[in-house]
Amino acid sequence: MVSTGSTTRETNRRSWPLFEVFVRSRRGLSHVHVGSLHAPDAEMALRNARDLYTRRQEGVSIWVVEASTITASSPEEKDSFFDPAADKIYRHPTFYDIPEGVEHL
Amino acid sequence: MSVRDYTLSLGDDAMIAAQRLGEWIAAAPQIEEDVAVGNIALDLLGQARSLLGYAGSLEDPARTEDDLAYWRDEREFRNVHLVERSWSLTSEGPRDFGVLVARLLVLSTYLCELYERLRTSTDETLAGVAAKAVKEVDYHRDHATMWVLRLGDGTDESHRRMQAALEAEWPYVAELFDDAYVDPRLVEQGVGVLPSTLGDAFDRRIADVLAEATLELPEVGPAVGGGRRGVHTEQMGYLLAEMQHLARSHPGVTW
Repeated sequence: MVSTGSTTRETNRRSWPLFEVFVRSRRGLSHVHVGSLHAPDAEMALRNARDLYTRRQEGVSIWVVEASTITASSPEEKDSFFDPAADKIYRHPTFYDIPEGVEHL
Repeated sequence: MSVRDYTLSLGDDAMIAAQRLGEWIAAAPQIEEDVAVGNIALDLLGQARSLLGYAGSLEDPARTEDDLAYWRDEREFRNVHLVERSWSLTSEGPRDFGVLVARLLVLSTYLCELYERLRTSTDETLAGVAAKAVKEVDYHRDHATMWVLRLGDGTDESHRRMQAALEAEWPYVAELFDDAYVDPRLVEQGVGVLPSTLGDAFDRRIADVLAEATLELPEVGPAVGGGRRGVHTEQMGYLLAEMQHLARSHPGVTW
């Protein structure tokens, strides 16, 4: 278990916090999660991310986020979170008649 | 001194620094730092390849970068002592991360100033190598600076050890700025840079970093030097043995 958060951060090198890394591969695209790494702080995390995840020109922009600050859905909640969407076909825009000649719809 | 000799000294600095830095792979405090140092070493090795390849092409008969890397003996290498020394604080001590950080700060700050000036060298090849390399060493400087700030302005223990590492490296700084080995004609022709003219900018940058890191500029005299004349420290022989043994044990081998 990695201890995170500035208040609990120890000087022990094994306890560097975990950061999640997001890379934007080129202008116009979104940042995409590419992996995670350890670093003593966010500035160093950004540099580590540059060295680990953009060695082969993968990106033009990097975000790093301390993993402990992310609130995530849990696997146990999967049924109540996601299953109800399975049979709601009316949420998909498939009931429209598309006029002929409209290309970008 | 010829363009070849000048280029050789630049190439040897980069190659020997890269070889030494490789020792940190799998030995840095974290795997992320292994990769960071590995990247830096590979940048320097890339610079060395360009520079040694160019130096060799100016010889008659020409030699390749591999000829120069693997088939010269210690006295033929022209690198400064700074880059060849082991990473320990004392002659028998363990590898010290503070020494890595201190040396990287010194080397990259020096190389930033040097390559910035060489971008406008009248020698097109040197100018081309410098233009590419200056961005690389600027990142190395940033990496070293980040660590100096964190260790210097960190805990009492990290501050003490960072200061000790600076004290250990500083005798080897002066050799970088020694004009004695550079032919003034090369400087007049705009091919090379007079090392001492890089000193002011180097001093300013270092002073800024150390002040922010709450560290003291070491006040120690220079070591004897001699690397540019082919006189090296005891540790150079071990480094070369490791670097060259494969090529020499199996001449012509490729991998």
